[in-house]
Amino acid sequence: MQQEFIFAGFGGQGVLLMGQLIAYAALYEGKKVSWIPSYGPEMRGGTANCTVVVSDHEIGSPVVTRPSCVVAMNLPSLDKFEDRVKPGGVLVINSSMINREPRRTDVTVIKVPATATATELGNQRVANMVALGAVVEATRVVSVEGLLDTLRKKLPAHHQDLLPLNQKAVELGRSFVSQVV
Amino acid sequence: MSEKLLMKGNEALGEAAVRAGCRLYFAYPITPQSELPEYLSRRMPEVGGVFLQAESEVAAINMVYGASGAGARVMTSSSSPGISLKQEGLSYIAGAELPCVVVNMARGGPGLGSIQPSQSDYLQATKGGGHGDYRLIVLAPASVQEVVDLTILAFDLADKYRNPVMIMGDGLLGQMMEPVTFPDEVKKELPPKPWATTGWTKDRPKNIITSLELQPERLEEHNRHLQAKYAQIVREEIRWDEYLTGDAEVVVVAYGTVARIARSAVDAAREKGIKAGLFRPITLWPYPYDALGRLADAAKNFLTVEMNCGQMVEDVRLAVDGRRPVYFYGRSGGMVPTPEEVLAEIEKLA
Repeated sequence: MQQEFIFAGFGGQGVLLMGQLIAYAALYEGKKVSWIPSYGPEMRGGTANCTVVVSDHEIGSPVVTRPSCVVAMNLPSLDKFEDRVKPGGVLVINSSMINREPRRTDVTVIKVPATATATELGNQRVANMVALGAVVEATRVVSVEGLLDTLRKKLPAHHQDLLPLNQKAVELGRSFVSQVV
Repeated sequence: MSEKLLMKGNEALGEAAVRAGCRLYFAYPITPQSELPEYLSRRMPEVGGVFLQAESEVAAINMVYGASGAGARVMTSSSSPGISLKQEGLSYIAGAELPCVVVNMARGGPGLGSIQPSQSDYLQATKGGGHGDYRLIVLAPASVQEVVDLTILAFDLADKYRNPVMIMGDGLLGQMMEPVTFPDEVKKELPPKPWATTGWTKDRPKNIITSLELQPERLEEHNRHLQAKYAQIVREEIRWDEYLTGDAEVVVVAYGTVARIARSAVDAAREKGIKAGLFRPITLWPYPYDALGRLADAAKNFLTVEMNCGQMVEDVRLAVDGRRPVYFYGRSGGMVPTPEEVLAEIEKLA
């Protein structure tokens, strides 16, 4: 069993962290993982993405052409990666920032108003955690408990007070998923 | 062993160097290896070591020359254009027979090129980028764990042979995060270096470290000595890995990051019933000519895949020695081949 993810958005949306949290959570659950960031001459507000592979066996290529799941946090990311999702895969879109319908009909589309939900929670920066809740709910790549444990471990000591907010964000994210894929 | 950590190749390399007893690190920043100096700028002071950002790559390699001459375990790192600047120093260090570790997280070239991953420094690393008859031991890790293991090995090989050792990675390996474990014990007992210039005491002859020898007879003698050492390295230090080569009709040859991509392509080919296998050199010098050549008995053909315009393929041809066709597929300039591209090439040969 192997799942591949591309997390994409603009710089500042926390897409690299989303990938790292999934990678860490999967590592703690005994899986093989790899994480690669896009890197380039980017500036703040530019695009960012990372590729994560989670597998039961040794990972060959960390470079993935056809991921089983794409998470698009903004429109340019959807434009860039929509065609890449493996048929039968999952496309999670941040519907707060994407004003068009996906073209793909051979994948499961999950619309998550991540930014709006985070804003309602009082902190727009947890939009990535809302989306991540949906990803975990839909793909079961790691358990929800595993993700929350990872958050607890990875939040620095002076930010532990943000844990309840992040947990709430993950829970709300899960609620936007009506079916496990 | 310590618990599994998720680390970037660049950071893991820095930690491995510390665990190997390296306490001196001189470098100049360049993408895509800058996480390595960043990591060591924080880590070296914690272990009583020295991190020094030199004024240039040329200065950094000559600081390595001096520190190694004084007997220290020492490292520098850079990426392709910076490694070119270090070539004069590398030739001097090899000539003076000093141990050190040099890291190249390679990027697209020629010239200032791009900051994306590349393998276009293969010939520079394995055939001598500087002047004179010298060799670097060149190690090519393909995972972050192997970055750790080969970095520790690199320091030991450098000391054993009094020779510079290069870790040849690429931007992707430097930036990639994978789980790693480190050996628990920090090595403290380093091999004795009676040749080092540690301050003369009258109980031994003066140690002189130089690469200058103006008498041709004596320089030729020195070259013979170096060649004998290189021959011993060839006999004892060749390393490689094979995957599904036992019955392979198409043998893919690739190293480093590309070997990972090729492995996925080999798996996909097997699913289609194609007998494909992967041969992965771990030492790029000394090159595993004999082990690769042996596969020509059963294989129909060889496919070399590289992130360059065709460099290692010359060594594959030497190994196969005309007995089977050797094909090449490459991407360059910072473009990374996909498993699908490599599979398509395998299918053409099956």
